[in-house]
Amino acid sequence: MREGGASPPCFTMNSTVKQSEITTRYHLPGDFAIWVFIFAELLVFGVFFLSYAFYRASHVEMFNMYQDTLDRESGAINTLLLITSSYFVVRAVSAIKSGDARRCVNWLAAALAGGGGFLVIKSLEFADKFSHGISLGTNTFYMFYLSMTFFHFMHVILGMIILAAVLFKARAGGYSAEEYTGVETGASYWHMVDLVWIVLFPLVYVIR
Amino acid sequence: MKYQSQSVAKLYFIAAIGLFIGQILFGVTIGLQYVWGDFLFPYIPFNVARMVHTNLLIVWLLFGFMGASYYLVPEESERELYAPWLAKLMFWIFLIAGALTILGYLLVPYAGLAQLTMNDLLPTMGREFLEQPTITKVGIVIVALAFLFNIGMTVLTGRKTVVTIVLLTGLAGLAVFFLFAFYNPVNVVMDKYFWWWVVHLWVEGVWELIMASILAFVLIKITGVDREVIEKWLYIIIAMTLITGIIGTGHHYFWIGTPGYWQWFGSIFSALEPIPFFMMTLFAFNMVNRRRREHPNKVATLWALGTAVMAFLGAGVWGFLHTLAPVNYYTHGTQITAAHGHMAFYGAYVMIVLTIISYAMPIMRGRTANGPKSQVMEMWSFWLMTVSMVFITLFLTGAGILQVYLQRYSDTPLGFMVVQDKIELFYWLREIAGLVFLVGLIVYVMSFFTKHDDEVTA
Repeated sequence: MREGGASPPCFTMNSTVKQSEITTRYHLPGDFAIWVFIFAELLVFGVFFLSYAFYRASHVEMFNMYQDTLDRESGAINTLLLITSSYFVVRAVSAIKSGDARRCVNWLAAALAGGGGFLVIKSLEFADKFSHGISLGTNTFYMFYLSMTFFHFMHVILGMIILAAVLFKARAGGYSAEEYTGVETGASYWHMVDLVWIVLFPLVYVIR
Repeated sequence: MKYQSQSVAKLYFIAAIGLFIGQILFGVTIGLQYVWGDFLFPYIPFNVARMVHTNLLIVWLLFGFMGASYYLVPEESERELYAPWLAKLMFWIFLIAGALTILGYLLVPYAGLAQLTMNDLLPTMGREFLEQPTITKVGIVIVALAFLFNIGMTVLTGRKTVVTIVLLTGLAGLAVFFLFAFYNPVNVVMDKYFWWWVVHLWVEGVWELIMASILAFVLIKITGVDREVIEKWLYIIIAMTLITGIIGTGHHYFWIGTPGYWQWFGSIFSALEPIPFFMMTLFAFNMVNRRRREHPNKVATLWALGTAVMAFLGAGVWGFLHTLAPVNYYTHGTQITAAHGHMAFYGAYVMIVLTIISYAMPIMRGRTANGPKSQVMEMWSFWLMTVSMVFITLFLTGAGILQVYLQRYSDTPLGFMVVQDKIELFYWLREIAGLVFLVGLIVYVMSFFTKHDDEVTA
């Protein structure tokens, strides 16, 4: 910037070069179709989050009271698990970009393990709530809590199925340093699953 | 036509159009009965005529879906139909059973029909849209199973494409959910709860898969766009259909005695049901814009674009209008519902069947496309029917808004019949639009009988 400020023509040239670099480097990762799907999914969760926020605004006391019954520790551990798992798929993508399919497979397996850990902890949390007789009909807070976390739970499973499909194809040599769109597609979806949880956890478990 | 056995579709399409004419005749009859209560009384009372109107619609659309499947599956699977004789046999069984059922509605009082068909052995009669005698329902299951077997064997032993797999999923779902027509719990809440598993999961679930796959097939044929592109769209559309449509069933569970959380589930998921329809609109226009060939069948392209737009408006926009629980609290069961029902069924399902008929019928009659004279006539029928349906919908929406206000929202609510008198003008206007629709339908039928001296046989 400073350089550009000193001599305008140079700045212009530099910025053109950078622009073309940007367009080649920042292509849309993965298949275009998965992005349509991701935005549609985010829209569904977004409507859920907004409904939660609007309803909570007029029932703050009740929401705060029942929020205290949620297990924040397991929620926090699950957040770490998903973020770590997301990091692993990033490593899987960079591994396949350098042509190392074996390392890609290993990172994907690690990411799947992270997702599996999430499912186990979340199941224990659900089991605890159900054993206390809590259901969708208990009250509106639990309705939101159960339906949003369950809906997200199903997305973790779907994300894991997608990652597993990518893993098997990678192991069979289906991807290379030149052709790795499928890995990016799976990774993009997995990041969406992670992103939704990163909003969901503070919104439902923490913010008051 | 690439395969000889595709021609069984012709029978199904002709029957579909025949029953369509019947449906519209009964439609204009009940439209008139709205304002002239004892028209045709006591011979054809309103409740009977309405039942015939809706039942004929369902049956002719099923004929259309079956015809579409018999036409497109051999071509996609690159083989002859597994058992063409079975398709012909089932056609006659379905047609005769359907005709007998309609005659039963018209000639015997409904309670008498129930007795005559021994409904008390397995009571399934008396529910809206599922009024058919139990024996007819059993017949429908047999026809559906034979049809699924025939189509399934053709798909599974031939080339598998996304179009046929999606179609087969939709058809299998259609058959499976129809089975809930036999489940008739005594508890009236449970009864309604599962009734929607047939009605909603058909039209806002599996039928959308059938529609999307037929649309994809026609677009592949008329635009020449790469199959991979079209298949990708199809995947996203069906994913969104299922995500929003299945739990979207909840928008029927607001006030029938189900737990309160359905108000949230129904509102949230069904509010997103317009998305797959909007995607279908984008899909159709995108593919036509990116076309690689100029198909001589212009009118089939018009129907394909028309169905995408009208399905979005009728099912998507008019559905959204009254799908949120706080809105539906006032609009439930008013003319708003009737407005939505008319445009959604026409836009999504009538038009998709007319699309495939428009594409396939000329080919089955030995030409790539009809001549210009016939096509122009069909285009006239497209505009007459579509525009009049828009007006039917607008008039019913006007009637519905007034009805909601006068009967339910104002400070001094009026009784049902008083309100009906006050909105009579809208019913007259709707009836006029209905007659224009009938004219459009007559023009449509005439387009099949124009001279073909200038036909295209490329």
